[in-house]
Amino acid sequence: MTDTAPTATATAAIETNDLSIYYGSFQAVRDVNLDIQPNRITAIIGPSGCGKSTVLRAFNRMNELIPSVNTTGEVLFRGQNIYKPDVDPVEVRRHIGMVFQKPNPFPKSVYENVAWGARINGFKGNMDELVHSSLQSAALWDEVKDKLDQSGLSLSGGQQQRLCIARAIAVRPDIILMDEPCSALDPIATLRIEELMRDLAKDYTIIIVTHNMQQAARVSDRTAFFSLSEDGKRAGMLMEYGDTKTMFTRPEKKITEDYITGRFG
Amino acid sequence: MPLTRATEQSLPATSLKRKLRLRELVIQAVLFLCGLFSIFVTVGIIYELGKESMLFFGRTQWERTNKPIVAAISASDVQFEVSNIGAMASPGEVIRLDDELLMLTAVEGSTYFVERGFRDSLPVPHAAETIIYRGVDPSVWEFLTGTSWAPHAGQFGVLPLLNATLMVSGIAILVALPLGLAAAIYLSEYASPKARNTLKPILEVLAGVPTVVYGYFALTFMTPLLRSIFGQDTVQIYNTASAGIVIGILILPLVSTISEDALNAVPRSLREAAYGLGATRLETAVRIVLPAAFSGIAAAVIIAISRAIGETMVVALAAGAGPAFTFNPFQAAETMTGHIVRISGGDLSYDSLDYNSIFAIGLMLFVMTLALNIFSQYIVRRFREVYE
Repeated sequence: MTDTAPTATATAAIETNDLSIYYGSFQAVRDVNLDIQPNRITAIIGPSGCGKSTVLRAFNRMNELIPSVNTTGEVLFRGQNIYKPDVDPVEVRRHIGMVFQKPNPFPKSVYENVAWGARINGFKGNMDELVHSSLQSAALWDEVKDKLDQSGLSLSGGQQQRLCIARAIAVRPDIILMDEPCSALDPIATLRIEELMRDLAKDYTIIIVTHNMQQAARVSDRTAFFSLSEDGKRAGMLMEYGDTKTMFTRPEKKITEDYITGRFG
Repeated sequence: MPLTRATEQSLPATSLKRKLRLRELVIQAVLFLCGLFSIFVTVGIIYELGKESMLFFGRTQWERTNKPIVAAISASDVQFEVSNIGAMASPGEVIRLDDELLMLTAVEGSTYFVERGFRDSLPVPHAAETIIYRGVDPSVWEFLTGTSWAPHAGQFGVLPLLNATLMVSGIAILVALPLGLAAAIYLSEYASPKARNTLKPILEVLAGVPTVVYGYFALTFMTPLLRSIFGQDTVQIYNTASAGIVIGILILPLVSTISEDALNAVPRSLREAAYGLGATRLETAVRIVLPAAFSGIAAAVIIAISRAIGETMVVALAAGAGPAFTFNPFQAAETMTGHIVRISGGDLSYDSLDYNSIFAIGLMLFVMTLALNIFSQYIVRRFREVYE
């Protein structure tokens, strides 16, 4: 950690204050106030186009790779606003890793895929050991231990996604963001990833965007429900946020209940 | 099930009969003919190059020795005196007097001993002062390994021309590869859409400048520049360095545009993966995107090399007019294309030695670029990554 700001006061892994995100002049996400608990799995659910992924990508400043995106409000990571002008997005992403919707391993060997991120972050220790432990944490070691020098692209879709998780873990982030990590996978591969997430939650804070409400119910501790604003401007808003169990059994709002019970979505 | 049957019967009949679509057929035929035409043209070019080259390799070329016979000889004389001017032939060589071929068996002082009527030619009397021609058979081996190119003196080594071509192309690619790749990386990974939309067309204008302009640019700008840097005594007026650098500028847009396309074709998701791991722009560009685009970039470079090898106008103007076997880039040396253009620029009679020789060089150029193209296809296939 290179930051000098106080960290002791922060209890949330990530806290947002009036986070709004614009694509050009269109407000895609409006005034989100959310605090993500450390070492928990937080699911973000909601209908298509409600800005779930956009919010997730705001947590490690990935949105700025798209030129027209503009972000207002605050995202506090350990009490520090990561959108302050003197914050380096590269540093932010070293602490807040990401797993994407489609498995995107590098066209390099399995070993290199895991080692790459650690290497560019100046990892000086035993690389073989790191690759081993990261693949083990991602529940992939047994399947790939004999093909570490094969291309990451030669693995199956589910294996590729676990390789991407191993790659993210190898950097030793504090938080792992997962953007619909199972949407391109079959049910068995999905199940493996979900089991893996439960294991990882012991060491990491995980935030997962998912289309799949059963998945949110199965894996997450807390759930944030997003939906479009009802003023016709189609801005994504946080509708309800709380413990997953409570949310799925006794939702506070009608709209949440309607979504969870499948009346719209 | 009666219900389904009833529904089926109530549907109106639809004709599924095949229709004759004349327009489709005509267009298809025209497209096919266009493809066929380009194949025929290629085959024709290869045939012509091969045929004329065979004339060069498969046939004795006659070199004028400028040495006349002293006195008239009859159809049966097997020895005669030759003048002391001109070049001597050596025993074992075929010589020619008028249309008759003679085998030279021995030479004693100024006396030639010959076998008459060689290769089924008709022994006839020859008048005094008839000039002796010496037969030379250019072999493929000599063509490929000889270090001197002077067809009229019986020297058919293509190496001086080939060496100059390779030097010019080598210098060109040394200039174009780093600059072109840097430009491509900037345009694809760093430039804002606005900067990119401005810079890319400007770069592509370079490709539209006529090569003759580049030739004079080399001669009147690059050469004086090199001479002022390295000294008038080191750098000759015509030199391969100047031509090579300017060809490098000429092929720069080729390298940068094709490379940029290759970089752009790398999926966004790979960049996001790298950024998500905390990679900087440079780390992402150089260590993820560049290797992922390797096959496309390699293809770009090989196409650029082919272009440099085939480039004619710049070398004809700036590289020098005379074959020279030198590895010094500051000396004049004629390239293969430069030689072809110079030789064919003057009066060139059909079936002459020069005429045949330029086809041999042309065939060699063709084989080189063909080999490069095949190599580039191999590289593209071998290193292409398929992303789902």
